[in-house]
Amino acid sequence: MALSKSNLNVGDQHSEQIVDNLTRTQIIQYAGASGDYNPLHTDEIFTTEIAGYPTVFAHGMLTMGMTGKMLTNYVGDGRLTKYGVRFVAQVWPGDSLTATATVEAIREEDGVSVVDLAVSTVNQDGTEVVKGSATARIDG
Amino acid sequence: MATEHFPIEAGHIMLFARSVGDANPIYYDANAAADTEPGHIIPPPTFVQSSAQFTEGYNLRPVIGEPWFGSGKEPTGIQRDSSGGGGGGTGFHAEQHYEYHAPIQPGDVLKAVDMPGNSWEREGRRGGTLKFNESITEYYNQDGVLVVTARSVGVQTSRVVE
Repeated sequence: MALSKSNLNVGDQHSEQIVDNLTRTQIIQYAGASGDYNPLHTDEIFTTEIAGYPTVFAHGMLTMGMTGKMLTNYVGDGRLTKYGVRFVAQVWPGDSLTATATVEAIREEDGVSVVDLAVSTVNQDGTEVVKGSATARIDG
Repeated sequence: MATEHFPIEAGHIMLFARSVGDANPIYYDANAAADTEPGHIIPPPTFVQSSAQFTEGYNLRPVIGEPWFGSGKEPTGIQRDSSGGGGGGTGFHAEQHYEYHAPIQPGDVLKAVDMPGNSWEREGRRGGTLKFNESITEYYNQDGVLVVTARSVGVQTSRVVE
């Protein structure tokens, strides 16, 4: 189900909880699927004793991937033309994250209707962990 | 780091979608996907990151028979200098951007072409001096069609981020 130009307004928002109580196992699943086996994400002993962090933490790309789920649920499958983020705070085991897309513009690009979205993901304390933007094709 | 041969496989897409907690059937059920607008299984938006599995010499994948910097008998299996991630400072992913040009589906074979981007430095509040490095990767399919452009920014901190 794609978005339609006639039903969209600047300022419209779509939010989803993208993870509730992030587990170390999910971080390990992401390491295995993505191929990023950095021990900072999966190896508690290395991360605390060598790297000096309180515990392992999520790959930024895991948060971007989970945030992408909110985006594709909103704009529809295969509709994204751009998606980018900055990683602004670390995500830890036990975090619960909510991702939000906000309509910034509805416009034409090369004869196709598109929507520009601001993207923001926050943790359970309201701290922003990912900030970005996306563009998707919409029905004219 | 070149990725000459990145085969797009349905099982890999399914595992990746599970890992980001996405139950959308278009990522694992060919029959359900046939009824969608794309008409076939597609990968999630950040899937091309997993081309790392197929990148020669990728430094965050253990090499068979060689020491690994994660823990075993000892907290780390290798001695690293402080600039390499084993000491106070660490490399992090600062930004990631994708542009999607054409569909990807199981059976495709992508080739990634890496290009250097800009480098810059600034003083950070949490991690001392921050050194940023940008890289751009273009993914082409077996027909030579540009399917995704990825722009990544990495940052190296001079001490542990608090």
